[in-house]
Amino acid sequence: MLWSVLSPLLMLTVMAVIFGNFFGRNIEHYVIFLFSGQVVFNYFTEATNEGMQALVSNSSIFSKINVPKYLFLFSKNISALINFGIILLIYFGFVMLEGINFTILFLFLLYPIVCLILINLGIGLILSALFIFFKDIQYLYRLFTQIVMYGSAIFYNIDILPQHLQALFYCNPIFVCITYFRSIVLHNTVPDLRLHLLLAGYALVLFAIGCWVYKKYNYKFLYYV
Amino acid sequence: MKEILKVENVSIKYITGDFKSIGLKEYIIRRLKGNYTVKEFWANRNITFNLEEGDMLGIIGTNGAGKSTLLKAVSGIMRPSEGTIVRYGTIAALLELGSGFDGDLTVKENAYLRGAMLGYTRKFMDETYEEIIDFAELKEFEDRPFKQLSSGMKSRLAFSIASLVRPDILILDEVLSVGDGAFRKKSEAKMKEIINGGATTILVSHSLNQVRSMCSKILWLHKGRQITFGSDVKKICDDYQSFLDGKLKI
Repeated sequence: MLWSVLSPLLMLTVMAVIFGNFFGRNIEHYVIFLFSGQVVFNYFTEATNEGMQALVSNSSIFSKINVPKYLFLFSKNISALINFGIILLIYFGFVMLEGINFTILFLFLLYPIVCLILINLGIGLILSALFIFFKDIQYLYRLFTQIVMYGSAIFYNIDILPQHLQALFYCNPIFVCITYFRSIVLHNTVPDLRLHLLLAGYALVLFAIGCWVYKKYNYKFLYYV
Repeated sequence: MKEILKVENVSIKYITGDFKSIGLKEYIIRRLKGNYTVKEFWANRNITFNLEEGDMLGIIGTNGAGKSTLLKAVSGIMRPSEGTIVRYGTIAALLELGSGFDGDLTVKENAYLRGAMLGYTRKFMDETYEEIIDFAELKEFEDRPFKQLSSGMKSRLAFSIASLVRPDILILDEVLSVGDGAFRKKSEAKMKEIINGGATTILVSHSLNQVRSMCSKILWLHKGRQITFGSDVKKICDDYQSFLDGKLKI
């Protein structure tokens, strides 16, 4: 419990010190800007990395007892969600320290959070199934999260990039989520409808693919463990 | 008599081959080279039987006869490739000794977890837990991690849970052979009680004496095929014994 809070905080401190000198000069409330990215990205990596192991680490149970296999994934996701909740509280503490006013618009944050939960579940479902079939997925996924991290503009603002590159960032659901957070907390504005639809689209498509994978391979996992 | 389990013309295809625990890289290379092979074989072929309330079925057969695979299909873990299995009621399966438990959780937590997996509520488990732990004689171990138990204790716990939650169908795959003599007597008595209570039980055992004394129906499997199924326990067991002695050819 303590470690799950400590590690993102340490990471935040290091990044705030280093990148604050590079990018912080042009960005207001740079710590909150950074923290918004960190909190979303950390939840995403924790939930999906833990979720990836869900089936493999419980294979001795589901190959002997008839239980719904998605429950293993759900339990991993719930524990990641609890950690996310704790860090979110610390995040709001920082927001307060920075002198940002809480407004009723903060309630809109529930929308990206719900979408993020669905995105994490969907990716978790897909990954845990893939991981049963191919054990080297974990190395590929580590690479993938690295790309997602740099592609989520956690410590910089995409304004510094050319226009055509900026559009590319919207292919990344995590970036869209972070953008939503920043818009509410830093600029006190609700993002436009397009961003809402984009986020909902990602959440529903990923979750649907995940469910489909489990439905299709539900009885095949057994042969691979 | 109420029908409780109907297995009709069930065949189960098993796949083996190089696909297990190879990575994506290895998979693609093998696919390109064309030496990716998956072998299929029938672990069960055209098995047909049915059980009524209170039946005790003994499944006999040599190693590799397909007994465990058939039980996996009956308990719903696997789906038959052909044929149908119809169950009327809840099922509790004990496949292999002490399996399906989480080694890091305590004995008590594991009992509740298993109860939840079998579909029982926390309230029901609260009521039944004392009985389970007393029957397993593990009261002083209830807060120990499951992995610290001896194999005999593990199977005692597994048997106690499966038998005391009162399932409609109880599946026991070679679990009665472990545990010390005293516990074995106790568990056989419990089994008789369960059967008298109207539950249906499926028992896999290599001890013919046990099968003879307890079962009311026998299913004999050999290399995935069904040799016989019937309620003439004595004759089938005699046949099986002479087959094991090499006197009978099938």
